Amino acid sequence: MNPVLETRGITKNFGAVEASRGISLDLRPGEIHALIGPNGAGKSTLIQQIAGKLRPDAGSVHLLGEDVTALGVAERARAGLGRTFQVSALAMEDTVLQNAVLGALGARGGRVPLFRGALHDADLRATAEAALDRVDLLDSADMQTAALSHGQRRQLEVAVALTLKPRAFVMDEPMAGLGAEGSARLTRFLDGLRDEAPILMVEHDMDAVFALADRISVLVYGQLIATGTRDEIRANPDVRAAYLGEDA
Amino acid sequence: MIPERWLNAALTLGLLAVPLWALWADEPFTITLATKVAILALAGVGLNIALGIGGLVSLGHAAFFGVGGYAMGILAHHAQTFQPMIWGLEGTKSMPIIWLTALVSSGLAALAIGALTLRTSGVYFIMITLAFGQMFYYFAISWPAYGGEDGLSIYVRNGFPGLNTLDPIQFFAIAFTALMLALFLHARLKASPFGLALNAARQSPDRVETVGLSPFRLRLLAFVISGAITGLAGALFADLNRFVSPTMFSWQLSGELIVFLLIGGVARLYGPVVGAAVFIFLEHHLGDISEFWQIGLGVLLLLIVLFARGGLIGLVAGEKR
Ligand SMILES: Nc1ncnc2c1ncn2[C@@H]1O[C@H](COP(=O)(O)OP(=O)(O)OP(=O)(O)O)[C@@H](O)[C@H]1O
Ligand SMILES: [Mg+2]
Repeated sequence: MNPVLETRGITKNFGAVEASRGISLDLRPGEIHALIGPNGAGKSTLIQQIAGKLRPDAGSVHLLGEDVTALGVAERARAGLGRTFQVSALAMEDTVLQNAVLGALGARGGRVPLFRGALHDADLRATAEAALDRVDLLDSADMQTAALSHGQRRQLEVAVALTLKPRAFVMDEPMAGLGAEGSARLTRFLDGLRDEAPILMVEHDMDAVFALADRISVLVYGQLIATGTRDEIRANPDVRAAYLGEDA
Repeated sequence: MIPERWLNAALTLGLLAVPLWALWADEPFTITLATKVAILALAGVGLNIALGIGGLVSLGHAAFFGVGGYAMGILAHHAQTFQPMIWGLEGTKSMPIIWLTALVSSGLAALAIGALTLRTSGVYFIMITLAFGQMFYYFAISWPAYGGEDGLSIYVRNGFPGLNTLDPIQFFAIAFTALMLALFLHARLKASPFGLALNAARQSPDRVETVGLSPFRLRLLAFVISGAITGLAGALFADLNRFVSPTMFSWQLSGELIVFLLIGGVARLYGPVVGAAVFIFLEHHLGDISEFWQIGLGVLLLLIVLFARGGLIGLVAGEKR
């Protein structure tokens, strides 16, 4: 099957730091593909190039077979990319519902009415509430986002991505700071989500990675040193040496 | 705490009551002061759409105020001198045509300035809007055809069908109506999907992009609407004074509009109304006592910024927006 999302030879330097060194990876229909690597390996930098926030120095990004390298963040989102952030990027003064309605608004493709009340638009509200319900935030819909717990903010990040009904999810450390119970819950949720759209997921939580990932890619110093199934990655001597070494 | 809606209703009634009382007491000057409050508040409502909802701290809004003012000045000047403008167009003394011209020309000025400045943010945005404002100021000073530094005097107030615009209370009614319409527009915009997205772009532009919307385009539209409203205020202000001059473009005016919002409350619907009223009140009453009245304003502003971040409205109606 053709990959939903693909990078080909992505290269990015920050001065002397080679943050991406010719990275080629793909995301196939129905899979969860985990991207792991030590701190500073260049995972977020790669995600930002996939999302369109950073331009690669060389290489290309393909979404649903189209070369999207020249497109910006908003255009890629409209083309079907749903992204969550390592550090929650939400409208903190707004309510939970307003954040989800914003996603629903984006999902309509950039038509932004000037007069009709946003929260009185039945379509927007239905999309937003359905997404909040799926991450168990519907009861908190009228709370101010700043008043949410860290874990709830992570859930809201996911809910906003859900409103977009994306063709591919790209998640930067969705479990970060969730605690055991929270990450177990999100793990169960993402497990089912892969059938809607495949997920490329950066994650440090190895329990979650080995529970979820169909394939794992390992990034070290900007270089992809291995891609394979869980067992292949566990058995890979380079990976053990470079990264899993201390656990093995 | 008083609910903000009630406070707004009370402020509306207050702004109506003062000139009506003055009419009864035969104090036409007070009516003119109330008219000035309404017009400056209108300019502030314009800024509040960009700054309050969108977080765009423009220090160049005098450019739009001035463009609106000169739209009135130029049209009326040609009408009173019976000289055609370019392309044989006649001037006019008709307020509706003048207002439309002011809205369109200041909206276009905002489109141009916004397109060139809205890719920047923070201090740089403040500085570059200031620079554009000053550019308009120097341009007006060195444009001898329309009075240069001396400005333009308009001898007779422009007309509105069915009204005697020279009657202070009738001119107040015009300014008040414009202010109410702008406040209504602000409220509707803020509650709309556009307002939601613009407000989110202020808090987290990354989020807005990630759902597929362009913060730049949202801000540009906000800037154009904002500039057009401030431009309309400029046209009314020029009509009130029957005079336009480069001072309408001055950066002090841009600063005063921001001060209105700080005093009343940034992003509060009636913030600019309260700010303009306090400003005019202090200017008039303290100004009688001492020419250093602005020291009083300065102290008030400092106290508000230090202790009441929600402005006077926040003090009465609570912090939450
Ligand atoms: N905008 C930037 N300018 C300069 N250097 C940068 C920039 N962004 C990232 N870097 C550098 O690139 C390298 C990769 O950073 P990146 O954030 O992608 O790592 P990461 O794998 O996501 O790490 P973590 O696990 O801590 O999130 C680091 O050395 C970082 O300091
Ligand atoms: Mg990272």
